Amino acid sequence: MNYHSPSSFEEASAIAAQAGGTTRFLAGGTDVLVQLRADIVTPDDLIDIKHIPGVKEIARTDGGGWRIGVAVAGAEMTECAELCADWPGVVEGMDLIGSTQVQGRATLVGNLCNGSPAADAVPGMIAAGCTVTVTGPEGTREVAVEDIPTGPGKTALAKGELITAVTIPARGENGGDAYLRFIPRTEMDIAVVGCAVNLRLDGDTITEARVSLGAVAPTALLVEEAAQAIIGTTLDDAALDALAAAASAACNPIDDKRGTIEFRTHVAGVLARRAAKIAYARAKGENA
Amino acid sequence: MALDGQKTAYKYIGTTPNRPDGLDKVTGRARYGADISVPGMLHGAVVRSPHAHAKIVKIDATKALAMEGVKAVITRADFPEGLEGEDWDIQENCMAGEKALYDGHAVAAVAATSPLVARDAAKAIEVTYEILPHVTDVDEAMKEGAPVIREGAADFSVPEGLHPNVVRYFDSGRGDLDKGFAEADLIIERSFTTEAAHQGYIEPHACLGQMGADNRGELWVCTQGHWFMRRMSTAVLGIETTNIRVTPSEIGGGFGGKTTVFIEPLSLALSRKAGGKPVKMVMSRNEVLRATGPTASASMDVKMGMTKDGRITAAHGTFRMQGGAFAGAPVDVTTMLAFANYDIEHVHHIGYDVITNRPRQAAYRAPGAPMAAFATESVIDELCRELGLDPIDTRLKNAAKEGTRATFGPKYGPIGFMETLEAAKAHPNYSEPLGPNQGRGVASGYWMNWGGETSASVAISEDGSVTVSVGTPDIGGSRASMALMAAEAFGIPYENVRVNISDTGALGVNEPTHGSRATYASGLATIRAAEECIGKMCKRAADKWGIDPEAVVWEDGCAKPSGPNAGEFPPMTIAEIAGEMGGTGGPISGHYEDSPAGFSGSFGTHVVDVEVDPETGRTTILRYLVVQDAGKAIHPAYVEGQFQGGAAQGIGWALNEEYIYGEDGRLQNPVFLDYRVPVASDLPMIDTVIVEVPNPGHPYGVRGVGETGITPPLPAVANAVRDATGKRICKLPLRPSRVLAAIQGKEV
Repeated sequence: MNYHSPSSFEEASAIAAQAGGTTRFLAGGTDVLVQLRADIVTPDDLIDIKHIPGVKEIARTDGGGWRIGVAVAGAEMTECAELCADWPGVVEGMDLIGSTQVQGRATLVGNLCNGSPAADAVPGMIAAGCTVTVTGPEGTREVAVEDIPTGPGKTALAKGELITAVTIPARGENGGDAYLRFIPRTEMDIAVVGCAVNLRLDGDTITEARVSLGAVAPTALLVEEAAQAIIGTTLDDAALDALAAAASAACNPIDDKRGTIEFRTHVAGVLARRAAKIAYARAKGENA
Repeated sequence: MALDGQKTAYKYIGTTPNRPDGLDKVTGRARYGADISVPGMLHGAVVRSPHAHAKIVKIDATKALAMEGVKAVITRADFPEGLEGEDWDIQENCMAGEKALYDGHAVAAVAATSPLVARDAAKAIEVTYEILPHVTDVDEAMKEGAPVIREGAADFSVPEGLHPNVVRYFDSGRGDLDKGFAEADLIIERSFTTEAAHQGYIEPHACLGQMGADNRGELWVCTQGHWFMRRMSTAVLGIETTNIRVTPSEIGGGFGGKTTVFIEPLSLALSRKAGGKPVKMVMSRNEVLRATGPTASASMDVKMGMTKDGRITAAHGTFRMQGGAFAGAPVDVTTMLAFANYDIEHVHHIGYDVITNRPRQAAYRAPGAPMAAFATESVIDELCRELGLDPIDTRLKNAAKEGTRATFGPKYGPIGFMETLEAAKAHPNYSEPLGPNQGRGVASGYWMNWGGETSASVAISEDGSVTVSVGTPDIGGSRASMALMAAEAFGIPYENVRVNISDTGALGVNEPTHGSRATYASGLATIRAAEECIGKMCKRAADKWGIDPEAVVWEDGCAKPSGPNAGEFPPMTIAEIAGEMGGTGGPISGHYEDSPAGFSGSFGTHVVDVEVDPETGRTTILRYLVVQDAGKAIHPAYVEGQFQGGAAQGIGWALNEEYIYGEDGRLQNPVFLDYRVPVASDLPMIDTVIVEVPNPGHPYGVRGVGETGITPPLPAVANAVRDATGKRICKLPLRPSRVLAAIQGKEV
């Protein structure tokens, strides 16, 4: 195994582009190193991107949004009060991953690039409308988070490409987001279903919404029908019913040891309702 | 209650000093199985079958042996032939012979100069399999046409006409069932299943074995019982027992699962083949879950009759259990204990021990009892509901007490079941108001406890401090308990006692720390050995004073004249006597050995409140109460710890823990992410009440407390979920998808 420690993303990209066998980028390592130790994936080239300047920064963008570096750990996001105030749903998705120790290492981009359909940080980013900056041999492009995963363990990143930062849009006025997951236990578990809702209000009426589901399809989903079910409503019971039905209808899960198709489909609707209520309350400025 | 000749007033017993091993454990100084390293050692790795059932056609280690750093490869051919009975079973389980019998079964092992080389070499060993049909479910394995795991595995007890996978059969009971059921106003019969649950100890199996061409050597190992380890390892290798000295490490949990051998004989065989270099082996969690012992899974039918006023008139139970590819599912214990809490005149039990393509089961905390309790206590709960009776009052009405003829035969001596029920009823948890979607469950359980072969020594040091040497590894604070009992016997401070867990070279044979026996049996031996020392010290004082030894008494750590007639001498402290012992007759020590038969069982009653999310089926434990008879709590904090630990493991078994097999017979969840033991935040603080009805068979009244605590949680949680949801679920675990389906009115 070759270990590389590039000092720029361009250098990292060049190493990856020239590498022959299995390549892994190393930031927090909470997937890569675990898979290495468990003899699941032994990379031929391990490219450590933690030492590239700026990767550990949480910064405001010019437009009032946020730029999260690729080596920012979950714990650092949780401790950033302004970020938590703007995007509690994005932060809580990240915060649910692993233990306190894992939170000291795990990153948003790592969670995204691991490609798990059950990744907890991903639905929150999709609902928020986050994008990622991708650098590769062909230059740099901006990609919506929902376009990165293409299947279990697979991403849309081409050979030599890597993500260099996550951009979260400006929160703006009267907005709120939330992420909920279902697990049989209380922590240290993997989502059987995950759901994020992000919405904006005009008075009591929802004017914008994005709903994302995790662990119910080969990739995290952006569910347009679920958003439409609540846009223009005050999140009354009829709207919640329509939201739950749309969320369940979008599911295309598998039966496995973690949950059945039937259970996942039902619980997706339950979580969509609950997450929407929390996001709505947050948009109204309530503590939820 | 006071008993003749039994102490009732104590100075040290019942206090809660820090455990002597505590500092080592919180600072990382304690040495566990994988912490033992010696110069020049090799590292072992095991090749395991990926198939549930397969003929081993060929094992080719050519490529592995050609790798740099690979020193030895072993297969079954490196072990002796001709073993019989359990010894053959253990050998076959440690290393497959003609067939791989389950996913994870060891088929070869390798020793190399580093763990990575060993791992890569294991991957380079080419095994050719011929896949055979498999069966992993107990009911399926008994059906006509089910794949036969092994012809001729059944013993004499099995009636003709049963499938060859039924290897033992149990049938016991008394009275007249027809008469008993005729007396009942209500009869309820239900069928139940429980899944295999793993002990889930945090420390994986680990050892360092060294053995030369002369078949002599040493084994450092994480185990609950190093004499068992020695006997089984040497039997598997076909060598004399005494050839191997076994030293136990600290142990990070066992719960019964570390009372047998898995990798240890392999490390010794690899060492011998590698020219006597020590070989370290450490299991991964994947290996622990696939290849060591979970407990058995069960399929059960229980029928009970009750009168309108709550008297149990008759009980019948049929229990089918699979314990993997070998005989040994604890269905014998299941039949013994199924109705043991109650005074029932007409009772009948039938048990089937069935083999399947799963790993060989190992003991797990009260082996066989929790499954039986799940069935019996669920049926009693249903009877109470249908008849409108209070579950605790009904249990009180039927409770076994001193003099009751147990459903498994003997008459009970003094026992504390009624006391646990009364304490549970009086506890505030039992009257706490419940909210929507909340429910309360009550269940009781029992474990009969054990004595077992025991050998212990106590030696007086030159300064009057004391060394206690026992042969039972300290798995739950037993060193603190031994030190307290020695301190009490000698009348010296707790801090002046040091307790060692001796190796197999230093004491007579000791059974493992199992059967809830260590505090009882090693404690008894410690007290008796201390009394021998005291007798010797009284004699030294008597000799010095020139009086009869009978005229000397031992009080508060001193020898004293027994009264004015004995003479006027200042007391001699233990330190004074010890300081002179070289010149007054030599070292002073005491020894005791026995298979003490005065053990007595422990009853427990649990009360749990749950809340079930009606939209997801997820169960939250709100409150949990354990009431259990400890006889006499030597160190009450560790007694409570045992109560709480048993409850936590039982809750896990009830809610989410299960072995999940795929269609291919492979274990789907050999990782703690998917084998879901409860995490700390899943549980509330578990409330405890220690009942003390002294056991007359122990000088201080001790009963074992380790195992009873896992027996009531399965039915207690299921009964609470029934109360919260209105649905009786007869299958464990109560995973959310199953509970939700029940709430939605579906068949589960």
